[in-house]
Formats: sequence, structure tokens, C-alpha cells
Amino acid sequence: MNIETFKYDNRIVRAFAIATVIWGIVGMLVGLLAAVELFYPGANLNFQFITFGRIRPLHTNAVIFAFVGNGMFMGIYYSLQRLCKARMFSDFLSWFNFWGWQSIIVAAAITLPMGFTTSKEYAELEWPIKIAIAIVWVAFAVNLFGTIAKRREKHMYVAIWFYISTAITITVLHVTNSMTMPAGWFKSYSMYAGVQDALVQWWYGHNAVAFFLTTPYLGLMYYFLPKAANRPIFSYRLSIIHFWALVFLYIWAGPHHLLYSALPDWAQSLGMVFSLMLIAPSWGGMLNGLLTLRGAWDKVRQDPVLKFMVAAVTAYGMATIEGPLMSIKTVNSLSHYTDWTIAHAHGGALGWNGFLTFSVLYYVFPRLYKTSLWSTKLANYHFWLGLLGIIFYIVPIYVAGITEGLMWKQFNKDGFLQYPNFLESIIQVVPMFRLRSIGGTLYLIGVFMMAYNLYRTAKAGQFEPDTEAQAPALEKVEAPHGKLAFHRLLEGKPLFFTALAVVAILVGGMVEIIPIFLIKENVPTIANVKPYTPLQVLGRDIYIREGCLGCHSQMIRPFRSETERYGEYSKAGEYVYDHPFLWGSERKGPDLAREGGRYPAAWHFNHLDDPRSTSPGSIMPRYSWLLTQKLDRESLPARLAALRRVGVPYPDGFENGPAQKDLDAEAAKIVADLKQGAVTCEPDREIVALIAYLQRLGTDIRSAPVAAQ
Amino acid sequence: MSVVILLILASLAVGLVFVGAFVWSVRSGQYEDTLTPSLRVLLDDPTPRIHSQPAGRTAAPGPVAENKPRRGKNIATNRESQDEPII
Repeated sequence: MNIETFKYDNRIVRAFAIATVIWGIVGMLVGLLAAVELFYPGANLNFQFITFGRIRPLHTNAVIFAFVGNGMFMGIYYSLQRLCKARMFSDFLSWFNFWGWQSIIVAAAITLPMGFTTSKEYAELEWPIKIAIAIVWVAFAVNLFGTIAKRREKHMYVAIWFYISTAITITVLHVTNSMTMPAGWFKSYSMYAGVQDALVQWWYGHNAVAFFLTTPYLGLMYYFLPKAANRPIFSYRLSIIHFWALVFLYIWAGPHHLLYSALPDWAQSLGMVFSLMLIAPSWGGMLNGLLTLRGAWDKVRQDPVLKFMVAAVTAYGMATIEGPLMSIKTVNSLSHYTDWTIAHAHGGALGWNGFLTFSVLYYVFPRLYKTSLWSTKLANYHFWLGLLGIIFYIVPIYVAGITEGLMWKQFNKDGFLQYPNFLESIIQVVPMFRLRSIGGTLYLIGVFMMAYNLYRTAKAGQFEPDTEAQAPALEKVEAPHGKLAFHRLLEGKPLFFTALAVVAILVGGMVEIIPIFLIKENVPTIANVKPYTPLQVLGRDIYIREGCLGCHSQMIRPFRSETERYGEYSKAGEYVYDHPFLWGSERKGPDLAREGGRYPAAWHFNHLDDPRSTSPGSIMPRYSWLLTQKLDRESLPARLAALRRVGVPYPDGFENGPAQKDLDAEAAKIVADLKQGAVTCEPDREIVALIAYLQRLGTDIRSAPVAAQ
Repeated sequence: MSVVILLILASLAVGLVFVGAFVWSVRSGQYEDTLTPSLRVLLDDPTPRIHSQPAGRTAAPGPVAENKPRRGKNIATNRESQDEPII
């Protein structure tokens, strides 16, 4: 037997572990600020870069991709080496992965507050950063597969399969959803329009939750839970079924984010059915984790690592039964657009991802530093404080969500809306928003306690950069069906660049193919629906920049309670020029799909300048900088050209002259409208463009019957 | 809704990759043993055996068992530290 000696790379694990703690604190602090702004809109100090619409995507990106992302890499780099009995495939790729990922996070932290966003949830970063993500991700995937190829353990433990599914699926999802047409360095338009864009986005969005927040963490659970409890997983067979069932079911469930929208009904039903099927593998996995501890609950009482894990796995079970239930159309009709969704997401994020990350940190740090945890007591306090924080966070938000859903739907006995003013529902739940921020604060204090505990642990111990290990070499004979040659190929150095080339070809192919069969589709099915005017295009881009869709949907569902409140329900044909779609996913303010003409221009002006002057009690932030900032006309030609390239039928040469004239004329008209409301404003201000866009919303179809007669 | 074709193709492509992986894993004998992998993972600690194994429960036969976790010591220290009263 040929015993080989090798070294596990601990430095990379430590680097990701430290990044996890730092970005976790940053992401949660941003979340706390966003939470405070929801009951105290002045908390942004009238500073545009930290206004809710801009920091909401910053918060979601930071906790998903920075906190959980680094946590995932930490866990994978630690466990994969030990499961494969091999050092990582390439130290260069490990560090490329680390520094690439941190640079992307920093780029996100700079560009999102500046308003550079595609507006597509969890995919907000603009196209240069998207390309960087693809490159770094491929580096990670190559490193992962390279390590698996040179493993010294024939059997691939189930955790490795979960990691593989993450690497493959996220690549495909990211590339498919990132198809955008650049209009300058920090602006791009989705190649898909309207309902198609919505479908691609939520196919991505749902599977990002599935394959970024769930499968890698299940892999971590299957490794770290048995290790921490020092007993094998309850049923290894069940874990194999869990994996295969999950990967085959998850990818079809995306449309459940678009129930009762303008998406075709069959697609909605498909998403709902697959979501319900997901209960089986998810709960199989949860029970597998919890039953591992049968007869070992005394350890749970002692060990904070296990405490966090038990709570995390329980939260996974809760989230994966709630998610399918919310995918049932009747439930969704109440829960969608409300804070219920936020509660669901945070139950999963704070409970499952957060707590599992903490447990892995508490597990890994003492081992990296060859010591025991500095204070078990402090870790236990962290656990209870964190648990209390979760409860204080999600319970008020559940109450808020159900309150909102019921108030929006309530009719009085005469058949009119009981609460015709949307604001009533928000004023009702503001106390819940306050309570929620207390919960978040408790959770964050716990994270600070953990950071201190880990710091003291590191100080007390001696860091071991490389752990020496021994294992017999894997006999090459056992790779049948040409696998041997495949492994050889994998071991080749140019693998990284080959993989990059494949992704590049994938991207190039899609750029070629997508417009061909999408543009044909974009022939309007509703004759009245026309492309946005140049001023409206710029206004729409301001709407995107300010993150208005974080609180305002543009999709009226076909319920009487919605059509009474907002007007005719939304049709797929109305969105054919929407690159990207702006349906939104939550309502902290009313739906804006039919906002055009509802109020005079001057009302919008005053409302944007100070929402509480027109709507007392409103929680919308002031947008006073729109009154002073000048409209960016320079970029108009590039923007119109990019939109034409993705299929919006602007005539050739429109952007060189006619568009500018059109813009001036429309701006003058808005200024005249404002004057009627006793408001004076220069025509070259951003607010003029935004008002032009808002006054256009949903008016095409309203004018339809008139035009037909 | 032609984008549905693209998404179905992409989803099927991912699905087919996993079908291939599944077929490979079954045919190459990955799942011939569904018991010991769960035990061996507990022994993944690398450095050669220094201390005697505390309990036979996690022992696996063969060369792997020879790579007895040296964390035997660490686990022991952890246990000690955890014997302190909690909260």
C-alpha cells in the first residue's frame, strides 16, 4: 500500500472564515439601517446613497453573496479537502477565488449605493461585475472538480455531491439571467422583455435560493453535523435520496414567484406542483439531520456548535414546508407582495444560513488554531440571543404580512374597499417594523459576541497553516468507462482556461440566439402599447436607479380587491418593451402599474420632494435630490441604441436628433403641467423625467377603447 | 413566451448532466456501500494515530482506520471544557 503524505490548506479556510464574519456584520448592519428607514424614513439623513431603495439590494447581496457566500466557501474548502483526502487542486485558484470574490463584494458595495443596478433581484450588479462573477465562479468550480479528480477516497461523500450541484447550476443560472445589452460601463438593459424577463429572473431567483443558499449548506450540514456530534448521519441512504430528489425537482419550481401575474397559467401551475413535491426531499433531509442526534441530545445541551446546528436544521424544515405552502395559489393570493415573504426569507436566512454558518465558524476556528473555543458560555449566550432575535424579527413581520394581506382584500358590507387608502395598511404595521428592528439588533449583537469569541480563540491558539495528513493513493484502475482519460484531462493545467472558454462560448451563443427568437415575440399583441419616449426611458432608468421597485410593484393581479384599488389587471402584452421588467415583489407602497394620470404632475413633484406633505404618515423617503440633479442627456443615444438592439422598435437614427427634440418637447409639457399646479421647475431636472415615466405607466391600455371607437 | 424554450432547455441540460452523474455514480459503484461512508467521514482527521481509539463505534476496517484521528486528544479537551456548567 502506497501511503502518501500531503497537507490540507488551512490558510484559505481561515481567510474565508474571517471574511464571513466581517461581511456578515456589514450585511446585517446595512439590513438594520434599512429596517430603521422603514419606520423612520429620515434615517437616511436625506443622503441618496443610503436611501432604502439603494441599500435594500446592498443588504440582500451582502448577506447572500458576501456572508453566506464566504461561509459556503469556508465550509467547502475545509470539508472538501478532508473528504477527498487531498489538498485543494490549485492554491492559485483558491486564492484567485478568495480575492476575486472579495473584490466583487467591494465593487457591489460601491456600485449599488451609487444606483448602478440592473434591478433584477439578487442579480442587481451591472455587467462588468457580472462577468467578474462568472470568471471567479468558474475558477471555484475548476478548483472543486480538480480536487475531486485527485481525491484519495474512492467514494464521494454526499456532501461533495451537494457542492457539485452548486458549482454547475449556479454557472448556468448566472449566465442565463445575465444576458444584458450594455449601454455604457455601468448601464445595461436585459435582453428579455416583460413577462419573459420576469420568468427568467425568477427561474434564476428561485434557484439562487436553491443552489446558493440551500444545497451547499446541506452539504455542510451532512459534513459538520455528524462531525460535531461524532456520530454518523442517521441514514446515509436517505441523504443520497435527499440529494438526487432535490436536484431534479428544484429547478422547475421558479414560477411560484409569479403566481396570478401575467405569466401563463400553465407555467404557474407547474411551478406550484413542483414546489409542493419539494416538501418530501426537504423534510427527509431535515429529519435525517435531526435524527442523527437521537440519543445524543445531552451533547446538544452542552455544545453550542450542536445547538446552532439543531436550530438551523429546524429552521430549514420550517422554511421548506412554508415555501411550498406559499406556492399554493390560494395562499399566495394573500401572502404575495406582503411582509409575509420577508418573514419567510428571514426565517431561512437568519435561522438556516445564519445559524449553520455560526456553527461551522465555532467548529472550524478552534481546529484551525489547535485550541478549544475561548468561551463556550459566550457562544451559548450568542445562541439564545440569536434565537430571541429571530423570534423578535419574524413574528412581528408575519403579523405585519398577514395584516397587510387581509387589509388589502377587505370589503365593507356595501361592496367597497374597507381600506381604500393603501397607506392605512402601512400605518397599521409600522409598530411591527419597529419590533422587527429590535429583533435584528439582538441578532446582530450575537454576531458581535461571536466575532469577539473567535478573536480570543485565535489569540489563545496557534494557527496551523497546513495540516499534515496521510492516505493511501487511490488506485487508478477503478475509473471505468474512460474516466481515467477524463481525470487526466482534469489534471491538466489549462483546465481553468478551457472552462472559461466554454462559458464564453455559452455566452456568445446565447447572445446570438436569444434576440432571434425573442424579438419576433415582441411584436406587440396590444396595438396601443408603444415604446417609451426618450424622456420616459431616462425617467424609467431613474426609477431603476432609486430602487423604487423595492417597494412598488407594477403588476395588478386579477382580483377584485386589486382592480378596485388600482384599475384593470395587468396583461402580458403591456410589458413587451419593458427591458428589464419592473413587476417588483413586495408592496410597501401602492402598485404603480396604472399610476399614469392618476394624480397631476405637481402632486408627484410635491410627493417626491416630501412624501409626508401629500400623504401624512407615509414611510417613503424624500427624493429631494431629484429636484436639483440634472438629467443625464449625454447617455441617451447609447441607451436608445442598446434598447433598439434588444428589440425596441426605435427608428434608425432616432437617437441622433429626433430623440433629443422629442425629449425637449415632452419636458416642456411636463413643466407646463407643473406650472398649472403652482410648481416651477427647470425642464432639465431628473424629476421631470421621472414624472414623465410615472404619468405614462399603464396609460396605453387605458386609452385603448377610446382609440378603437 | 418563447423564452420558456430556453429555460426548459437550460433546465433539461442541467438535469441531463445530473442524470449522467447519477448513472456514473451508480455504475462505478459509488452506492454499493451505503453504510461505511457515513462512518469513515468521522475519521477524516489526517494526522497518524497517536492515541488509542476511545470507542470502537466509529472504527472502520482497513487502512483508513490506521489513520486514527489525532484529534482524539482535541476531542477529549473539548469534552473537558464542555463539562463546565453552561449558562
